[in-house]
Amino acid sequence: MTPKLRGKSAIVGTGHAGFGEAHGLTAYDVMAQSALAALGDAGLKLSDVDGLFCTMMEDSMPALMAAEYLGIQPRFIDGTMTGGSSFVNYLTSATMALEAGLCDVALIVYGSNQRTASGRLVTASRPPAYEAPYNPRYPISAYAMAAARHMHEFGTTREQLADVAVAARAWAQHNPEAFERGPLSLEDVLGARMVADPLTVRDCCLVTDGGGAIVMVRADRAKDFPKAPVYVLGSAAESSHRQISQMKDFTVTAARESGARAFDAAGVSPADIQVVELYDAFTINTILFLEDLGFCAKGEGGAFVEGGRIAPGGVLPVNTNGGGLSCVHPGMYGIFTVIEAARQIRGDAPGIQLRDVDLALAHGNGGVLSSQVTAILGSQNTL
Amino acid sequence: MPDATGPDQIFQRALTNGEIVLPRCDDCGAYHFFPRVLCPHCHGTAISWHPASGKGRVHTTTVVRQKLERGGDYNVCVVELEEGVRMMSRVEGIAPRDIVIDMVVTAFVGGAEGQPAVLFKPAEV
Repeated sequence: MTPKLRGKSAIVGTGHAGFGEAHGLTAYDVMAQSALAALGDAGLKLSDVDGLFCTMMEDSMPALMAAEYLGIQPRFIDGTMTGGSSFVNYLTSATMALEAGLCDVALIVYGSNQRTASGRLVTASRPPAYEAPYNPRYPISAYAMAAARHMHEFGTTREQLADVAVAARAWAQHNPEAFERGPLSLEDVLGARMVADPLTVRDCCLVTDGGGAIVMVRADRAKDFPKAPVYVLGSAAESSHRQISQMKDFTVTAARESGARAFDAAGVSPADIQVVELYDAFTINTILFLEDLGFCAKGEGGAFVEGGRIAPGGVLPVNTNGGGLSCVHPGMYGIFTVIEAARQIRGDAPGIQLRDVDLALAHGNGGVLSSQVTAILGSQNTL
Repeated sequence: MPDATGPDQIFQRALTNGEIVLPRCDDCGAYHFFPRVLCPHCHGTAISWHPASGKGRVHTTTVVRQKLERGGDYNVCVVELEEGVRMMSRVEGIAPRDIVIDMVVTAFVGGAEGQPAVLFKPAEV
C-alpha cells in the first residue's frame, strides 16, 4: 500500500468465536459465528457483505466454501494463502477493492477447530519435497533453527526467549478471553519439555480452536456505524522464501521491508507506535520482528525483551491480548493481531486497555518466517 | 528412471546411483539448490550438472526430541555446501546434541524415509 491509500478504508466491526475449545463445531461453524459477531459489532447483516476475504486450513477452495456456507454471493473475493499472514494481507486487498468500488462491505474471516478435531497444529500443506525426507517437525524445526542461528550470531539466550513467553502470559492473565491464564515463570519456561532445541513447549504457541472476523468499509462512510472507526493507515507485504532451507539469512526476515513500506505509507515511525501486536508463533518471532520492524537494532531483540520490558508496565506494550503464546492460536493467528490492535484503538480491549491509543501496529507471519505483512492502524485523530 | 530429463529426475537418478550432483547456471556460473528449470539468481535457463564436492558446514541445527520408543531424538539441520548452496539434511555418526553450528561435514548418499538422500557425517580432520 502506498501513501495514496492512507486512511481510505476503516475497520468498523470485529468479532471472534470458539476461543479455546469449540466442542461439536466444525471449522466453518466457527468461521460463521465469527462473521456474525463482527457484523453484529458493525450493525450490519450478512446480506450486506459483497466482498469476502478468507482462507482456511480445510479444502483447496476454502473461500468458496465459506461463501456458500454463509449464504452470500460476493462480487469480490480474495483467498490468497500466505499462511497466518493472509488476514493482515487482506487489509491491503480489501482497501484496494473498497477504494476501487469493487465491493462496499468487506468481510475478512477465519475459523478453525484444530484443537477439538485433532489436538495438534493442523496444516494444509505437505512438507516440501527436498525437506520431507529429513522428517522436520513442522513448523517448529524451522523456527528452532532460526532461534539457534540468532543465539549463535548475537548471543541471544534461552532466558531471553523465555522472557517473551512470560510477558505474553502476564498480559493474558488480565484477559478473560485468553485460553492460558495460569502463572508462568521464567523457570517454568526453561524447565518445560524440550521439543526442538532450543525451544521448549512453552516457547511454542498454543493449539486452540477459534475464529476471527473483521468488517471494513470505505473511510467516507466509516462514521455511520456504532463503533469508532479504526483506519488502515498503511499495510505492506514481502515474502522471501517458502522452505526454511531457502531462507537467505536466518536472523533477518522480510518484516524489514514490509515494515518500512507500511511505515512509509502511514507516514509514521516505530517511535510513534503505542501498541504492537506481533504474530508470536514461537518466542523467537517476537524478537525477530521487534528488530526487523525497527523497534530495536538487529541482534538487540533479546536484550529488548528482558526483564518484563514488553510485559504490562514495561517500555513497549507487545501482544496485549496474550498473543498466540497465551491467548489463542487456532492454526493461523494473523487476524487476531489486527483485532486486538483495533480494539486497543477503539478502547474496548478485552484485557488490559491502554490509555488513549491512537496508533497501533499489527504484524502477520506466514509459512516458516516466509511471508511478512505489516499493518498500521490509527484512530480518527491520526487522519 | 532411464529417460530422466527433468531437473528433479536428474538429481534423484544420480542419488540412486550413489552420486550427488548439483545444478549450475551456465550463464552466471552460480550453483543453486533445489533443482529447477531456471537459475534463481540470473533467471537463465542453461543449466548443467556437476558432481558435488561434498564439503559442507552446518549453517544451523536442531534436535527434534522424540520418545525412545518412537525412535529417539534426531537431528535436523541446514548445511551450506562449498558450492554456496544450502540444503536441509541430517548429520549422522554423532549424537544429535553434539552437532553445532559451523561444524565441518562431508556429504554421502544414505537413506531417509526409505529413499536415497543426501546425508552428512562429521568431516575427518
